[in-house]
Amino acid sequence: MKNHDKVEKNIGLMMILMVVAISFGALVEIVPQFFNKATTEPIEGLKPYTAMQLEGRDIYIREGCNVCHSQMVRPFRSETERYGHYSVAGESVYDYPFLWGSKRTGPDLARVGGRYSDEWHRAHLYNPRNVVPESNMPAFPWLFDNVLDHTVTPKKMEALRTLGVPYTDEDIAGAEEAVKGKTEVQALVAYLQNLGLLLKQKR
Amino acid sequence: MLTTFWSWWVILLTLTNLVLICWVLFANKKVAVSDDDDPENETTGHEYDGIQEYDNPLPKWWFQMFVITLVFGAIYFVMYPALGNWKGVLGWTSVGQWEAEMEKANVKYSETFGQYKDMKIEDIAADPKAMKIGTRLFANNCAVCHGADGGGNVGFPNLTDKDWLYGGTPAEIEMSITHGRNGAMPPWGDVIGEDGVVAVAEYVLKMSGQEHDAAKLEKGMQVYNTTCVACHGPDGTGNKMLGAPNLTDSIWLYEGTGEGIRHSVRAGRANVMPAQADKLREDKIRMLTAYVYSLSQD
Repeated sequence: MKNHDKVEKNIGLMMILMVVAISFGALVEIVPQFFNKATTEPIEGLKPYTAMQLEGRDIYIREGCNVCHSQMVRPFRSETERYGHYSVAGESVYDYPFLWGSKRTGPDLARVGGRYSDEWHRAHLYNPRNVVPESNMPAFPWLFDNVLDHTVTPKKMEALRTLGVPYTDEDIAGAEEAVKGKTEVQALVAYLQNLGLLLKQKR
Repeated sequence: MLTTFWSWWVILLTLTNLVLICWVLFANKKVAVSDDDDPENETTGHEYDGIQEYDNPLPKWWFQMFVITLVFGAIYFVMYPALGNWKGVLGWTSVGQWEAEMEKANVKYSETFGQYKDMKIEDIAADPKAMKIGTRLFANNCAVCHGADGGGNVGFPNLTDKDWLYGGTPAEIEMSITHGRNGAMPPWGDVIGEDGVVAVAEYVLKMSGQEHDAAKLEKGMQVYNTTCVACHGPDGTGNKMLGAPNLTDSIWLYEGTGEGIRHSVRAGRANVMPAQADKLREDKIRMLTAYVYSLSQD
């Protein structure tokens, strides 16, 4: 190509052409999904997180649970036999950000809700080795002492509402009361017990 | 499903991209397009500090591999759902692939589980091959709470002994697994006061044959007979309809020390076995019933 040197000697033009070249993938793979009903509409029965579940989710993120636990059951038999129904996009439309993850040091948690008792979750979070001797998960004993900051919960819900999560005024008004005086572990267990309940499939 | 606009958006951008890549590849095959034999065209004309750059063509193997990937891509577009709403000649979907996998496995495993369908739980429990399957199912679904050997843990019942909260017959075990159990001991601290808690704990210690403070027994018995008797029974042997534990033996779901008993009485206990009816297929529940039953048989 004769005019190659024009691009090579003009860094501004080269940058523009590079952006054009790499944006094809995003324009094809990402942009249409913003307008695809399968990814933007909630599945039947999906509700926004309650105040407690929302606080629990923030603890989940703060403690980095999503670093070792994915929340994405892929459509393979080996996965659905272990975890249950495969994940669908409509389950996470109220998640900002979603916590699908891509690495599993621990098991997937997309369908952990209802699988174990609240007591088990507490025992396990306090020290995983107490119930699963071979576990390499860290212990989280401070969750039992830390009390949630109820003053920020309504603000979080309002922020999420601007992103499109359908919280009602009553939801937000009742948020402080629902969270007040509760410990972090209560919130986290509430969040975990709500994960993936909508799609059921016998393993 | 994309709308028509977005479908065409994807199709046009993808194909444009393919055409552009072809153009970039062929346009860069050689810098100077004219005839190779002309010595003028031997170099690109670039010269830096006396160093010149040859105008050699791209390596043939590399160029051809690139062309093969482009052809592969074009074939893929036709065969698979790669372009907008185009379904692909093969009609492949990820869900379809999963369903085919499931169908294949169902045929295989309905045969495996089918042979135990009409057998009694007691007979399955005596079948070594079935119990091998049971071990795996137990490890995957139950061991997290009840322990890999079924030996339980504080708050999670031991399944290997003869002491059962909700009964240990095959039917009762199957019921526990299928529908779950909800054990609820109410907190009594506010009702009977700390004196009552301390006294009744001494009484329970006596029932289970442990060291106790005899001076508190009278008050303890009084409290027991008004608050505890309804579930744990007059003689303290419990009630399997309610999952109320037997207090007269040395087997404890929670700690059986004075401190442990006082804590249970004061703050109550809530113990849930999650129902498996929505989670596990009947044939697996049957297999697990037999396995759990076998754990307590010698």
